[in-house]
Amino acid sequence: MMYKIFLPLSITKSIHTWLFDVLPEGVAPYVEMVLIAVAYLLVFAVAGLYLVLLERKVAAWFQLRLGPNRVGPFGLFQTMADALKLVSKEMYGTNRADKFLYNLAPYFPIITALLAMAVLPFSAQFQAFDINIGIFFLLAVSSVGVIGILLGGWASNNKYSLIGAMRSGLQVVSYELSVGLSLLTMVVLTGSLQLSEIIEVQKNGWLIVQGHIPAIIAFVIFMIAGTAETNRAPFDLVEAESELGAGFHTEYSGMKFAYFFLAEFINMFIISAIAVIVFFGGWLSPFGITEEISWFPSVLWFLGKVLIIVFLMMWFRWTFPRLRVDQLLNLEWKYLLPINLFNLVFMAIVVWLGWVITF
Amino acid sequence: MSNEELIKLIDTWGFTLQTTEEGTEFLTFTVRKEDLHEFCRKLKADPATHFDLLFCVTGMDWGNELGVIYHLASTDLKHEIVVKVMTADRETPELDTVCDIWRTAEFHEMEVFDFFGIRFKGHPNLKRLFLTPDWDGYPLRKDYVDEANMVIK
Amino acid sequence: MAEIETENKIKSEEYFVNMGPQHPAAHGVLRLILTIDGETIVNVDPDLGYIHRSIEKMCERDSYQQIVHLTDRMDYLSSHINNEAVCLAVEKGLQLEIPDRVKVIRTILSELTRLASHQLWWGVMGMDVGALTTYFYAFRDREMINDIFEETCGARLTMNYNIPGGLMYDIHPNFVKRVKEFVAHFKTKLPEYDRLLSGNIIFINRTKGVGVLSREDAISFGVSGPVARGSGFASDVRKRHPYSAYDRVSFKEIVMNEGDTLARYKVRILEMWESLSIIEQLIDNIPEGDHLVPTKAVIKLPKGEFYQRVETARGELGVYINSDGNKNPYRVKFRSPGFSNLSALNHVAKGGKIGDLVSIMASFDFVIPDIDR
Repeated sequence: MMYKIFLPLSITKSIHTWLFDVLPEGVAPYVEMVLIAVAYLLVFAVAGLYLVLLERKVAAWFQLRLGPNRVGPFGLFQTMADALKLVSKEMYGTNRADKFLYNLAPYFPIITALLAMAVLPFSAQFQAFDINIGIFFLLAVSSVGVIGILLGGWASNNKYSLIGAMRSGLQVVSYELSVGLSLLTMVVLTGSLQLSEIIEVQKNGWLIVQGHIPAIIAFVIFMIAGTAETNRAPFDLVEAESELGAGFHTEYSGMKFAYFFLAEFINMFIISAIAVIVFFGGWLSPFGITEEISWFPSVLWFLGKVLIIVFLMMWFRWTFPRLRVDQLLNLEWKYLLPINLFNLVFMAIVVWLGWVITF
Repeated sequence: MSNEELIKLIDTWGFTLQTTEEGTEFLTFTVRKEDLHEFCRKLKADPATHFDLLFCVTGMDWGNELGVIYHLASTDLKHEIVVKVMTADRETPELDTVCDIWRTAEFHEMEVFDFFGIRFKGHPNLKRLFLTPDWDGYPLRKDYVDEANMVIK
Repeated sequence: MAEIETENKIKSEEYFVNMGPQHPAAHGVLRLILTIDGETIVNVDPDLGYIHRSIEKMCERDSYQQIVHLTDRMDYLSSHINNEAVCLAVEKGLQLEIPDRVKVIRTILSELTRLASHQLWWGVMGMDVGALTTYFYAFRDREMINDIFEETCGARLTMNYNIPGGLMYDIHPNFVKRVKEFVAHFKTKLPEYDRLLSGNIIFINRTKGVGVLSREDAISFGVSGPVARGSGFASDVRKRHPYSAYDRVSFKEIVMNEGDTLARYKVRILEMWESLSIIEQLIDNIPEGDHLVPTKAVIKLPKGEFYQRVETARGELGVYINSDGNKNPYRVKFRSPGFSNLSALNHVAKGGKIGDLVSIMASFDFVIPDIDR
């Protein structure tokens, strides 16, 4: 087992010691792993549910209406009701669909989303898996998610799903390049791929301030490419309802559809979390104002910043029209990629000449 | 051009026509069905008349004859006329198409075929437009009977 | 439904896709059979008739007062203007002298209807292109117009207010005040709405150069309305053949020459400004007088043919009445603007992508009951 688990200093340390006292040596680490996995699944489910509700409320606010407010106070139980409905739906598949691939496809986005969440540092104490190739791992794992989309479209045996899956596949593959390069630009500044190291470096000022101009360019490109990665508007031609039904998940219903749907929201959370960690200091407070207060949970800073970036992504969705597929590819290959490469060189020059701003 | 000048000019073309201005606000020419295509072509091509806008195509059942009424206008010379053509054959009525002269006639002639049964020679895609392909009969004819669907007062 | 055979020989890489009757982007029940090669459209074949209600046949059986109410259901977004068309045709046949009050009120109602229709078009155009929020903003202002209509006419969609001879009832006492409030409110909103879409680079990329219709093709296909005026063909019926009170107001006819989707968009937005200007010129000076010229209970038009054309929000609506002296017309033909515009769709959409087809259809602004009658 070549991993280390960073233990939170208060509650979970006591749980860890209690487990190791109660159970025999061989079993305790496995039980601990199972407990952590269950905790992450819960976080995943709750985050997914409440992000969907947040999206609906934000959409309603932009569109001058109220949003769900009947089920529970302020509609807080709305998504739970929706999830119950989806679970009880009949799961029919098409007759000539490839059964094995059709059933396998929804699991890809879910598993990769969970894997990506495992390396995120929620605070100094809450991080399940801090490997020294953190960013590389994140990029690799999110690339695997596109397989689920392609499998889903192909295995549904439906013209529309196939067109939707093809469009989505080429969109995700193209924009991964931009995501990777913009993150690489910031790695030049930090000198390390490990996520907790990246946050350590930001104790001298957030990276977007340290890297000034090239970091701001990298952030803008990351936001554009990250929105395209998660198939959200204005890059949502995959699920463009006005055009071809519902794209690659036309033939899915019930729980399998819920998997695709939740995975999209968790991906949005992950992209925002990466943006916050790499550009905005992770769980650090601005100007270090609460560092001395030891009882203040820094996970709240992290969640607050992530929610701001998530709100920004929702704002894009409800304001901009949609790009056509050739305009999308144009944007990536003719504009974002050259700007990214130039920016990388620019950042390298900035670091080499020592023009970073530190506090 | 005023109506008198139009009548004088079109008389010089030598078609067999009936011209009238009463009972309607437009100058109306009734042309034989053999001359229809050539007459319409000249109406559009001649720079003195230049009727380039066909704005209404109406199928008509006059009781004994079936036919079509074309409302034509000129966008630059600003005059308007009506051209009527009819055929007495109610079993297999056939007329020439004008959709090579005015492209809007493609759809309008499909509608006339759908409701009156008039076939247009030379139309690229003559099929029923509104009704289902297996519909029996031509509903807008005066002798159309359908006990199930029609309500007669 | 039996398979439709086309004359084209199909090559092996093309395939058929059905943009079926129920579809979020078709503005009504329109079935388009697309022949596609990859993402490029090769042929668009419309299949109509899903909402065909044989209005023309019903008109041969109904009296002249009853025909007016059938026209509401054709282009339901321009219901006042449709009613006005038939009423004017019947009044032309009876040679009635309509009082000025009626003419001015009819014009104001027509322009309000045109505003409501263009508002809905703007909301749907944004929605089809992907900006889903515009739909809600559009309906909020359309509701204000609907409330004005509800107070005066009693209905929100199919207003049975114009009858041959004048108006069914006189206008409500609050009408003038509410229209003035609405005009003042809308003038602050329209620039904001316009900037939301036309100031956006994504929208411009999706509409500029897309779906070009040249002027000769526009005339040959018989298109009318904002579609024709976006292609340089000045065809506004309110200017060429003025009716009601249009000869005494001054307004510009908006014509653009590029012929693409962006031009048609801009024509409609500028037309909304012109409608506001017309309403402002008329609302303070409604002449006093009767709201109705009494006609006999059974109207019989003299033998002959009567053609009346009006400018609906979609283009030129023509009503052709052929009467043989009886109390029912012998033949009524409605020359609907959508039908001729639809005939140009195949020509314009060929060679583009499916995404382009959606924005072209949004800019043509079809209302399918208008096409199917």
